[in-house]
Amino acid sequence: MRDFSYLRADSVEAARNAAALPGAMLLAGGTTLIDLAKCGVAEPATVIDISHIEGLNAIDVTADRAVIGALAKMSHVADNAEVKSHFPAVSEALWQAASAQLRNMATIGGNLMQRTRCPYFRDPQNFPVCNKREPGSGCSAIGGVTRGHAVLGTSEACIATYPGDLAIALVAFDAEVDLGERKLKVEDFFLAPGATAEREHDIRPGEMITAIEIPGSAAARRSTYLKVRDRQSYEFAAASAAVGLELEGDGRTIRDIRVAVGGVATKPWRARAVEEALKGKPLDEASVRKASELVMEGAVDHGANRYKIALAPRVIARAILKLGETA
Amino acid sequence: MTVHDMKHAGSDSARLEAVGGRLSRVDGPAKITGAAHYAFEQQLEGLTHAVLVGATIAAGKVTGIDTRAAETAPGVLAVLTPDTIMELNSASDWFGRQPSEETYCPLVREVTFSGQHVAAVVAETFEQAVAAAALVKVSYDEMPAIVDLSDGSDGIPVDAMTKEWGDAEAAFAEAPVRVCAAYNTPREFQAAMEPHGLIARWEGDQLTIWEPSQWLDGMARTYAEWFGVPFQNVRLVSPYIGGGFGSKALALAHSAVAAAAAKMLGRPVKLVLNRPQNFTSYGGRAATRQTVAIGADKAGRIQSIVHRGVNETAVDGMWVEPLGSVTSIMYATPNFSSKQNVVRVNTVVPGAKRAPGENPSAFGIECAIDELAHELGIDPLEMRLINYAEQDPHAKKAWSTRQLREAFAAGAEAFGWAKRSREPRSMRDGHQLIGWGVAAGTYPVRRAYGEAVVKLLADGSVEVESSSIDMGQGTYTILAQTAAETLGVPVEKVSVRLGDSHFARAGVTGGSRLAGVMTGAVYKAAGQALDELIGLALSDPRSPFHGLQANTLQVKGGRIASPRGDGPEFSIAELMRALGREKIEAKGDTVPASFTPEQRYNNYTTIAMALPHTEGDYSRHSWCAHFVEVRVDEDFGTVRVSRVVSALDSGRLYNPKLAESQWKGGIIMGIGQALLEEGIVDRRHGRIVNGNLADYMLPTNADIPDIRTISVGIPDPHSSALGGKGVGELGIVGVAPAIANAVFHATGKRVRDLPITLEKLI
Ligand SMILES: Cc1cc2nc3c(=O)[nH]c(=O)nc-3n(C[C@H](O)[C@H](O)[C@H](O)COP(=O)(O)OP(=O)(O)OC[C@H]3O[C@@H](n4cnc5c(N)ncnc54)[C@H](O)[C@@H]3O)c2cc1C
Ligand code: SF4
Repeated sequence: MRDFSYLRADSVEAARNAAALPGAMLLAGGTTLIDLAKCGVAEPATVIDISHIEGLNAIDVTADRAVIGALAKMSHVADNAEVKSHFPAVSEALWQAASAQLRNMATIGGNLMQRTRCPYFRDPQNFPVCNKREPGSGCSAIGGVTRGHAVLGTSEACIATYPGDLAIALVAFDAEVDLGERKLKVEDFFLAPGATAEREHDIRPGEMITAIEIPGSAAARRSTYLKVRDRQSYEFAAASAAVGLELEGDGRTIRDIRVAVGGVATKPWRARAVEEALKGKPLDEASVRKASELVMEGAVDHGANRYKIALAPRVIARAILKLGETA
Repeated sequence: MTVHDMKHAGSDSARLEAVGGRLSRVDGPAKITGAAHYAFEQQLEGLTHAVLVGATIAAGKVTGIDTRAAETAPGVLAVLTPDTIMELNSASDWFGRQPSEETYCPLVREVTFSGQHVAAVVAETFEQAVAAAALVKVSYDEMPAIVDLSDGSDGIPVDAMTKEWGDAEAAFAEAPVRVCAAYNTPREFQAAMEPHGLIARWEGDQLTIWEPSQWLDGMARTYAEWFGVPFQNVRLVSPYIGGGFGSKALALAHSAVAAAAAKMLGRPVKLVLNRPQNFTSYGGRAATRQTVAIGADKAGRIQSIVHRGVNETAVDGMWVEPLGSVTSIMYATPNFSSKQNVVRVNTVVPGAKRAPGENPSAFGIECAIDELAHELGIDPLEMRLINYAEQDPHAKKAWSTRQLREAFAAGAEAFGWAKRSREPRSMRDGHQLIGWGVAAGTYPVRRAYGEAVVKLLADGSVEVESSSIDMGQGTYTILAQTAAETLGVPVEKVSVRLGDSHFARAGVTGGSRLAGVMTGAVYKAAGQALDELIGLALSDPRSPFHGLQANTLQVKGGRIASPRGDGPEFSIAELMRALGREKIEAKGDTVPASFTPEQRYNNYTTIAMALPHTEGDYSRHSWCAHFVEVRVDEDFGTVRVSRVVSALDSGRLYNPKLAESQWKGGIIMGIGQALLEEGIVDRRHGRIVNGNLADYMLPTNADIPDIRTISVGIPDPHSSALGGKGVGELGIVGVAPAIANAVFHATGKRVRDLPITLEKLI
């Protein structure tokens, strides 16, 4: 049997100390970790249960800033009235993720740390080749089944899609992740594969996420998360967009706009080119659709995922237009 | 095997409990509360756990198996390989054909598909077995694999599938209006919630198997033959089945491994397939390819249908998915030709999934007729009526009953079909393109002979016993209703015991035949028990009815009296007490008296004795018409079904509530087939990469709209003793083409490859 030790941390310090041990992994809701352990992907030597640490599940929201503890459950954050009114895209991203049962178990910290759904990554027995698991071994996906794989931010080493929803909204609104001694932009916390597909997050041994912070803004208040997928529920995005919009007093000129996309890139992907093209312009369907295409600059497909190149701009455009309608 | 307490079944009115009443599932409370114990939930003393090691290549030879690390791992009792597992006899197939003389080894040296079982580890605990199985190192000499239909040649012709009349090719060539297109369906899986698996225990040469099973007698026969023990020595127990959909009718390689391990170790062994293994250890629906060519005159009357089909089968096994089954009977045509090939690919042998044959067959013909309607500018419903087959065009026999015209009328009315605008892409709601589609479905009435035991007990209660099973379709419930009605006792007095092969024999639960077969058998057995009771009541000197001037008596509400009601009245319990009887037991069957014991045995343990649906003067089928509304997002290509109205002819319904639930289950599965389900093969490795329930897409509740079903059946005396036809499979047939036709109507795009995923529409 694969033995491991189990430690229950009662403070952030204790958890961080233990997390510095070789082969240590934190356990929060367990919905990713236990799943990956069953697939044979995660083989922790020590499991550090942080789910009992007090005070890490607070949800503190004002118009200026949301501070969400790492242990807050996805379902609680999604349902929080203040989150809904000041950061609707965050609530929408959460409730469209996973299933009701998973959202009741899963935590915000764990959510940011979820791994890719690349089927080759999740099946080490049949596909030993995977740079994310075994650096330098190669990539089984390239040349294989790639319908769900990324078209943005890929490298020769890895084309795995970042699967989560919440982080897309966080990136759109310049959220930060609190690692105790360091705070990082969520956008910088996630790493594109480059030559080091195994490194997905800028997190060091002995660090843990304690909270995320989202600055309030007019765009965050008027925001939405649009998720498109084959199945109506309980599926990762084929393409998704987190969008926030602020209009000038004339009600039609775009003062501020935030756009990030999910389901199409190796990390949560901020679409700055789309934002820049629309800022200061009047909001009309033709220009929104045209600008949205810019998200796919530099996109590379692998056959079966080509549809994402057409799909993602449409998802962005529809999200922006929907916000425009709700003036 | 389980006795149900009918008092909790929520029935109090006599109407509910009679045959035809809407009695709720009597096994429902046990399932909801967790009191129902499924086959491999048995707690046994000394239970050990087996875990399989699957091949990681799709074709080639096993050149070595290094078991050393596994053997010394904690808790390991045995590591089985082709060299160390005990030899088994080959068993006959499900037609009962003589097995070969060769021995059978369920672990392979020659790999013909990825995931095939190469070795197994047995340990004291499940976790130990899982860990040790990961330590088994298998080396291979890999060979190129044929991964799917597009790889192979045209395949092997299956002449038995050829159906022809007239001169189809010539008539097609001459027809003024022609359509011809290819339709593809992918490899699909049953994906039942309960995985496959079993517990095997030997006591001397007696073998007990707890295993979810759609066919206890057939599987018991296989085990008996594998191990060379008499049939009676094998007992299969399968009280509940968490979904089978055709997949749980046979004892398979993993079953053999567990039973052999139990024999070798002298301890009970539990082996449950993990979810990925459920995609490779038994076959789902074979991938299919069909071309359908229809020639018609300008008025839309079909002159000719030319149909060619191919399905994938395995390198080391044969599966024929009869693709011409609906094509050849749905519409009247003077000229017809259907031929079929199979292509061997490196896969586990495909198997039965809800309506094998009829389901993909209907996808071809029911899309093609829609294409013809569009070509001619005729309403697709009208098109179907123009070509309505008044008799079976293939068998040239009268339909036993065919309420399809009624189904079209009732479905169209309830759906509001008349308000449909003809042009594709002509209905929308904001960004949603709306489409309405129709398609018909059918499933043959498969008949067989059955038997049942009915016992009248001293306290007036009744027991029904049969080795048939309930996989959720409602056998427990309808057999209780049948016995209650026949005997004249309240339904809560009846307990039904199923799922034990030592009960009265039963054939396969497949092909939607069980309800017809078993209600007939229970009706017979209950009738015999009643006759015996009445006979004793009139003739036994101890009976209070003795010497009464009556030639019969009547039982109502559990009380027995003369039909005119002028004499005394007693409860069955009182009468039994007076008679001094513990019980009256009758074994009734519908088997022809001329059958030899051998024929009887074959009737229950093979499918060779089933009666053809065109036997005698009639052609017997269930029928349905599905009306579907879809919404397709014009930007995203996502298809959502927003409305379904289906009118179905399953003959007389033994319990409409259960029938509706079966139909709806089929329709839901059809929605999944149309829009989501596909086993995706990595062509380099010949392996399914989405073999798990996160990646193999099945519909969620959010994908399923309100479904309305309408029964248009009438009792069909030629199909079963009580007038019912098949229910379980009918509902799925025709759903996928109705959706594909609706998608065409919504978008103007014809998608002929299932599933209809968004990239095909954007
Ligand atoms: C079937 C299924 C469908 C899903 N669908 C979606 C979906 O549609 N959209 C979506 O966004 N997500 C989806 N998910 C992912 C789900 O949201 C994550 O599994 C969940 O958020 C993880 O949270 P957890 O608390 O359970 O994490 P755990 O499983 O406990 O931990 C996950 C990882 O994060 C690490 N970790 C946990 N907490 C911290 C911390 N505070 N600091 C540093 N590291 C930490 C752990 O060590 C582990 O490596 C799905 C998951 C499943 C199983
Ligand atoms: S895409 Fe990335 S995760 Fe998937 S197989 Fe290739 S390297 Fe591994």
